[in-house]
Amino acid sequence: MPAFPEAARKALADTQLRRNLAHATGTIRAKREAVVGEVAEWEELRLAGAAIKDNTLRRLDEHLLTLEASLQARGATVHWARDAAEACEIVARIAHGHGIDEVVKVKSMATQEIGLNEALAAHGVTAWETDLAELIVQLGDDLPSHILVPAIHRNRAEIREVFRRGMADAGRPAPPGLSDEPAELAAAARLHLREKFLRARMAVSGANFAVAESGTLVVVESEGNGRMCLTLPEVLVSVVGIEKVVPTFADLDVFLQLLPRSSTGERMNPYTSTWSGVTPGDGPQEMHVVLLDNGRTRALADEVGRQALRCIRCSACLNVCPVYERTGGHAYGSVYPGPIGAILNPLLKGVGVDEQTDSLPYASTLCGACFEACPVRIDIPEVLVHLRAKVVDAHREGVPKPEAVAMKSAAWLLSDARRLGLAERGLGVANRALTRFGRRVLPGGRRALGRLPWPGSLWTNARDLPAPPRESFRAWWRKGGRP
Amino acid sequence: MKVAVMVTCINDSLFPDTGKSVFRLLRRLGVDADFPAAQTCCAQPMVNTGYLDEAVPVVRTFVDAFAGYDAIVTPSGSCAGSVRHQHSIVARRAGEERLASAAPRVYELSEFLVDVLGVTDVNAYFPHRATYHPTCHSLRMLGVGDKPLRLLREVRGLDLVELPAAAECCGFGGTFAVKNAETSTAMGADKARHVRGTGAEVLVAGDSSCLLHIGGLLSRERSGVRVMHLADVLASTEEEA
Amino acid sequence: MSAREEILAAVRGALREADRTEAPVPRGYRTVTPPDVVDLFAERVVDYRASLTRCTAAELPDAVRAALGPARKVLVPDGFPIEVAGSADSAELDTFDAVVTTAALGIATTGTLVLDHGPGQGRRALSLVPDVHVCVLRQDRIVPGVPQAVAALDPARPQTWISGPSATSDIELTRVEGVHGPRTLHVIVVAD
Repeated sequence: MPAFPEAARKALADTQLRRNLAHATGTIRAKREAVVGEVAEWEELRLAGAAIKDNTLRRLDEHLLTLEASLQARGATVHWARDAAEACEIVARIAHGHGIDEVVKVKSMATQEIGLNEALAAHGVTAWETDLAELIVQLGDDLPSHILVPAIHRNRAEIREVFRRGMADAGRPAPPGLSDEPAELAAAARLHLREKFLRARMAVSGANFAVAESGTLVVVESEGNGRMCLTLPEVLVSVVGIEKVVPTFADLDVFLQLLPRSSTGERMNPYTSTWSGVTPGDGPQEMHVVLLDNGRTRALADEVGRQALRCIRCSACLNVCPVYERTGGHAYGSVYPGPIGAILNPLLKGVGVDEQTDSLPYASTLCGACFEACPVRIDIPEVLVHLRAKVVDAHREGVPKPEAVAMKSAAWLLSDARRLGLAERGLGVANRALTRFGRRVLPGGRRALGRLPWPGSLWTNARDLPAPPRESFRAWWRKGGRP
Repeated sequence: MKVAVMVTCINDSLFPDTGKSVFRLLRRLGVDADFPAAQTCCAQPMVNTGYLDEAVPVVRTFVDAFAGYDAIVTPSGSCAGSVRHQHSIVARRAGEERLASAAPRVYELSEFLVDVLGVTDVNAYFPHRATYHPTCHSLRMLGVGDKPLRLLREVRGLDLVELPAAAECCGFGGTFAVKNAETSTAMGADKARHVRGTGAEVLVAGDSSCLLHIGGLLSRERSGVRVMHLADVLASTEEEA
Repeated sequence: MSAREEILAAVRGALREADRTEAPVPRGYRTVTPPDVVDLFAERVVDYRASLTRCTAAELPDAVRAALGPARKVLVPDGFPIEVAGSADSAELDTFDAVVTTAALGIATTGTLVLDHGPGQGRRALSLVPDVHVCVLRQDRIVPGVPQAVAALDPARPQTWISGPSATSDIELTRVEGVHGPRTLHVIVVAD
């Protein structure tokens, strides 16, 4: 994957993508604002959500052991997976154990993160995504670009094409004469997937929450594909990140308010399923839960960054992020895009390893809109700044980059007012020389510089720059200048 | 109360008139503020780019320069936010607690006028159509709320029009403007479009850095819209006009 | 070392320097209750484009019949409070037009029905596969908000929370009713 600035450049040039994103994020922002505005106690819910998650993380080892014991008592088998490969291996082994070569999937970020579909394919098991957006992504041989709405980058005309071309190879073809009306497209997905639901013997899900005390898993969804997967097959495997644990069932009263309003902008999502292990005569009679680390303990060890593990994957931060709105999710090179992705990926993977991950903490203006929207009060700007320092520190050995040299010089200049004063005097002299490059005059009458060579071009390619003044404020003051 | 003005490095070197406006405005309101000559920069460029070791001597210079003042007033939401919320990070890095000592004494200009001096009418006159962009750090890092707007609404002659999507970031973001130049200008282009749509002749904001960016785009687009710092508008009087 | 031991050791290592004491959780939100919960529930259910009937116990059979409309094959789980012609369960759920159930409770602020799959509600798949779901809820089973619902529910039972018909906003963030679950949800609130 290219680093963020380069990937973003490509996305910014895609006019269709820009329009789709602006429309979709604008729509969902307005919906979210309306339903959040309805809740007078919203701030208290945010504080409660953050406190519950922090308390849980502080004693995560104990809560995980409680969860394990509760699940086992309810007839579920608990597996532990250190990383993606181990988790995929476990799921494949369960499928093979039953001679199963096809599974249906509930939309799950954890299984996206570990690349489960590709891993299962390598083991001869086909995984069918059943969420509408995931289906669009899978049939279009595409990548998800949003946590909640993975096909947010596609408009209805593009989705119609994906269905017309892709459905036949995957099972029931798209109906002839399929239009681009969202209702018709959804109906085509219903028909296409129905046969898969009815024949599937094994399903794979994630979980939005895992209640330690009662061994309850919770899946929040809209379409009913989740309910199909969670109730029709014989075997259910749920891949659950270890940060998904909440201590008690009662704690859900916070999160089932915060999550739907923050994610889809609804008072409540159409369907929420909760289950505590196996229920005789109802739903899958064999259940497995895979508790996944895959970098979460690394994130937990970061005292500033660990707050990112509060994340409930609502994607409110994506929808309010002005950077995400312009670049879309693919530019982040991960299943976790947007502001949360910009901190979560480096926290899970570690910094100083690859350029792409190291570029993510810089993919933000630190405008703070994400923190304001976050239902569990993750101070994303704070973590971004913290991670930038870690990135810089990871590269302090060896030949310094031009940026490091510039920063060191700036620091030298700015730690002494006399040095800064001298530099400013230099700017004043340069003023007379530099203004010769350009004849532009800024609105209001001040002279502008022309287009500068690199690195000044990074600014002047698109923006005019005022010529330096003849005299700095400091020089004016020193001369006894007073208003 | 001993009051110092932190002019900010960008105003000092690029927009000295804004620094002068702050002093003129404060004097008109009976505040005899000082310009501690040892001041340089709040160190935000280093901190926000991840260069904490480099930020340490800059913050040390800052804290020394403003020692002994009861209030530090600055015409920048961003720099005020940096002192208030980020000097503690640098202090921790250096193991020097005193590097965070300026935080409780710093005020962004509109905070100082409204909260400390208790004024909203600063007796300004500015007979132009203007719109106001609430910069992100004023809005979300400091929480200045509608204080700048309350000040602007009292300016005589000013035709203040609402900016659509005002709370959305302009795309400047410090080094973001050059590290992610394309994304930065894409955001700025939308901000400039909203500004042009208001029909205003002047865009006002409380941060010269954001204005440098938006103004640079407005100028390149030949929009005919000029940018002005809040301090410059509030310092204008009938005599000068 | 097993994965389990290694992960637990990594968690403990990560928290070695951390303060392990728990912070107080603000719970004032649990006492917030809206007025007129039944009216609010009715309003919010309709807002989700489900249809709604309010009736008395005596009127219930007619209300159910009207809600089922032309549906011919109907699932009627054991324990459903009134007599309706249909089957209690089936291996071929896909061949049924409609299902009638009761619900454990309703949530006013969100217009949500909660099924805990007790008597009258059937196993989970029953209220999922047929295209029409008629759900009967006694008025006194309506609670003000999510906190009261969570407090009243038993985590040991599987639950299905339903807010309106199956829907998606995956295409241009335009809400479309009816994907995999029932495309028609009819709620009948019984007054006494």
